[in-house]
Amino acid sequence: MISEQLVDLSRLQFAATAMYHFLFVPLTLGMVWLLVIMESVYVMTGKLVYKDMTRFWGKLFGINFALGVTTGITLEFQFGTNWAYYSHYVGDIFGAPLAIEGLMAFFLESTFIGLFFFGWDRLSKPQHLLVTILMAIGTNLSALWILIANGWMQNPVGAEFNYETMRMELTDFWSVIFNPVAQAKFVHTVSAGYVTGAMFVLSISAWYLLKGRDVEFAKRSFRIAAAFGLASVCSVIVLGDESGYTVGESQQTKMAAIESMWETEKAPASFSLVAWPNEAEQKNDWAIEIPWVMGLIGTRSVSKPIPGIIEIKAKNRERIVSGIEAAKALGKLRANRSDAEARAVFERHKADLGFGLLLRKYVTDFGQVTPQMIERAVDDTIPRVTPMFWGFRAMVGIGFLMLALFALAALSTLRTRSETRRWLLKWALWSLPLPWIACELGWFVAEYGRQPWTIYGVLPTHLSVSTLSVSNLYGSLAGFVGFYTALLIVELYLMQRFARLGPGSLGTGRYANEPIHAAAH
Amino acid sequence: MFDYETLKLIWWLLIGVLLIGFAVMDGHDMGVGSLLPFVGRSDVERRVVINTVGPHWDGNQVWFITGGGAIFAAWPLVYATAFSGFYWAMLAVLWALFLRPVGFDYRSKIHDPRWRSAWDWGLFVGGTVPPVIFGVAFGNLLLGVPFHFDENLISTYTGSFWQLLNPFSVLCGVVSSSMIVLHGAIYLAHRTEDPIARRARLAAYGAALVMLLAFSAAGLWLLHIDGYAITSAVDGAALADPLTKSVERRAGAWLANYRAMPATVIAPVAAYVGAIAALVLLRAGRSGLAFILSSVMLAGVIGTAGVSMFPFVMPSSSDPGHSLTVWDSTSSPLTLGIMLVAVLIFMPLIMFYTAWAYRVMRGKVTTAGIERNTHSAY
Repeated sequence: MISEQLVDLSRLQFAATAMYHFLFVPLTLGMVWLLVIMESVYVMTGKLVYKDMTRFWGKLFGINFALGVTTGITLEFQFGTNWAYYSHYVGDIFGAPLAIEGLMAFFLESTFIGLFFFGWDRLSKPQHLLVTILMAIGTNLSALWILIANGWMQNPVGAEFNYETMRMELTDFWSVIFNPVAQAKFVHTVSAGYVTGAMFVLSISAWYLLKGRDVEFAKRSFRIAAAFGLASVCSVIVLGDESGYTVGESQQTKMAAIESMWETEKAPASFSLVAWPNEAEQKNDWAIEIPWVMGLIGTRSVSKPIPGIIEIKAKNRERIVSGIEAAKALGKLRANRSDAEARAVFERHKADLGFGLLLRKYVTDFGQVTPQMIERAVDDTIPRVTPMFWGFRAMVGIGFLMLALFALAALSTLRTRSETRRWLLKWALWSLPLPWIACELGWFVAEYGRQPWTIYGVLPTHLSVSTLSVSNLYGSLAGFVGFYTALLIVELYLMQRFARLGPGSLGTGRYANEPIHAAAH
Repeated sequence: MFDYETLKLIWWLLIGVLLIGFAVMDGHDMGVGSLLPFVGRSDVERRVVINTVGPHWDGNQVWFITGGGAIFAAWPLVYATAFSGFYWAMLAVLWALFLRPVGFDYRSKIHDPRWRSAWDWGLFVGGTVPPVIFGVAFGNLLLGVPFHFDENLISTYTGSFWQLLNPFSVLCGVVSSSMIVLHGAIYLAHRTEDPIARRARLAAYGAALVMLLAFSAAGLWLLHIDGYAITSAVDGAALADPLTKSVERRAGAWLANYRAMPATVIAPVAAYVGAIAALVLLRAGRSGLAFILSSVMLAGVIGTAGVSMFPFVMPSSSDPGHSLTVWDSTSSPLTLGIMLVAVLIFMPLIMFYTAWAYRVMRGKVTTAGIERNTHSAY
């Protein structure tokens, strides 16, 4: 039996390192396009301030990017180090997008980021702009392939289990690429990144404006960030995750948990604005509901019902019972590959094998499964409702708060005669952490909501780990926490230092706070 | 397109190519990292050293990441077994690598000498530890690694971290480290002026001597360790299942391929010829050409390990029948085919724009140049 502590620690380590990595990714995703916009304006108008904007915001982008690269390698490593059985079981499908991400996207991004920083004096203006654009394309393609891999974990299409190799194997690569869940996630995630980049530039520019320094530089940055941010936040909300909702069972389970929807409601379902989920009794103690809204969001119709948790569980119970048959037949097949009877049984129940494997948490021999174990496995198939319910609402609430901010900021920069009001600038400044909180909550909802699976319906989380000792995990977790804390302190220190220095840190002689030795030039 | 057996062979070659690409590209900036505290005596000299790889290290590191991704996709069972088995060794590589992006980017952003010196040593660790550990890992692969599978193909590693540090493997670590330092020193000699270039040349001579001695010693040692051989019938087209063959440990088995196909001797020959020719060219002042020859040396050393072990990728010392080979630990034919197409499309593109990036940044990095661009250089 696999130690539960090992599983929990492996999950904690992956969650901690992934969420840490995603402190840096969204800023990179958004900032590259802001750099492209700023540099395009420079190339078109020839105004030096836009070159300085590209270089100064690029400097902050670079400080952030370094940690993005650093922490990204960890995630690739961890599939092998900590999730060995996962890597074996689905590497045939999951490994390919990761490798293609390297070939198609990460090489592009990383090669051109070097030229972005070092090529200013060696490239013509259009050449340098081309470098910046290629870097941006690389960055975003990178997110595409990672989310194709992640989307497959949520909705595993185009693959089939092979009992001879004991793993999932690819049957249709196009359906993996055009997996609707993956595509919806991609659009949602990169847009969230754009919002993060925009908020970063908006907040820091607002600070310069509040201080009344480098005003021309800050005003232009503020305007570009406001416009880009408004478009992006609309994209996050409108194109958001919802298009992936009804596709795939994992999304249905997730939605039921997010909405704390215990019973299947008659179409069109109502939306619980706020509720108090009671997990023990499988009901909401109280709720404020808005009729029709959930049906419209979730199914884009007024006639399709949305399954509730109790109905999903009943379905999952049937699949678990069928999955036990599959697992038993697989055991016989592994012992004797030419057992035709076992093979027939296996083929009949193969689709539910993953559900059978849920019982491996409680028993190693499928002949000893008890009804109590089955009930526990059924309960396992639903993620805990309360954190999903509130996590999702907090994310959406922050999204709308940012929509209001970007809309007002864009409006105020359109009215060029008057200065942007101080209360709005302060609001912009203090909103700096919001997109990060929303991004982290989004990943929490997406991944915690996938539990108890690593690959929904295919491979349970507790089976996915490496056979390591618990002390190994304590050691590595302590190492990561120590290392990452130190790196974060250094990064935040540099970030605030250069944000405070402002464009003067470029040493051009055109801005406030020029370092003393630069004035001599 | 190709049959399964051919695809398996092509992917063995491609993984080799990716490893060589990693050694050539990321290897030279790791070598530069190893040399940084020694060839750069003042702050501005160290900045010169760092800026020879400043615009390129990031792209070069992707060879490593893509190599890892390719092993994941092409040999998932190897990826799973090796990374979880070598847990602490892999974490040491990872944590050493942490120091590179931040070291390069953050070092010169603060003027404090202690800050800069700390990051210089960080870059030293980041450039030195990974090649040593990769060498040690290859040494352990040649010896065999204690792991086995259960009937569901869950792997268990039964050794310890300290067991990896046996004399033969440490010797392989010396080979790997010295060849990377040699390669980095030649690059540095090519991209800098005296006195840094002079110190780099001296380092190259020293590293080459160590490399030639260690490589010869490891080769002689290899004659005396037990290799592995498949004793059951091999069906190259069979589905990937590592539990259905029998394997025997046998003295001299790692030389069997050289006997069966004498042409493969080109791999160790390339290692020697590359190293010696690189030195001769470096003395003659042809550092650019020397870099190409040291790349040949890297290909030769990696090729030697690959040819010796073929078809084994990760032999099991505790349960030889469970060894992972080219034939039984690969992905499905469809995945291998798709990945091959991706490599054929993107690898030429990558080489093209990487070459362009080096061309744009060509020429010597000088102390005067650093002082002129003090705000934009690393």
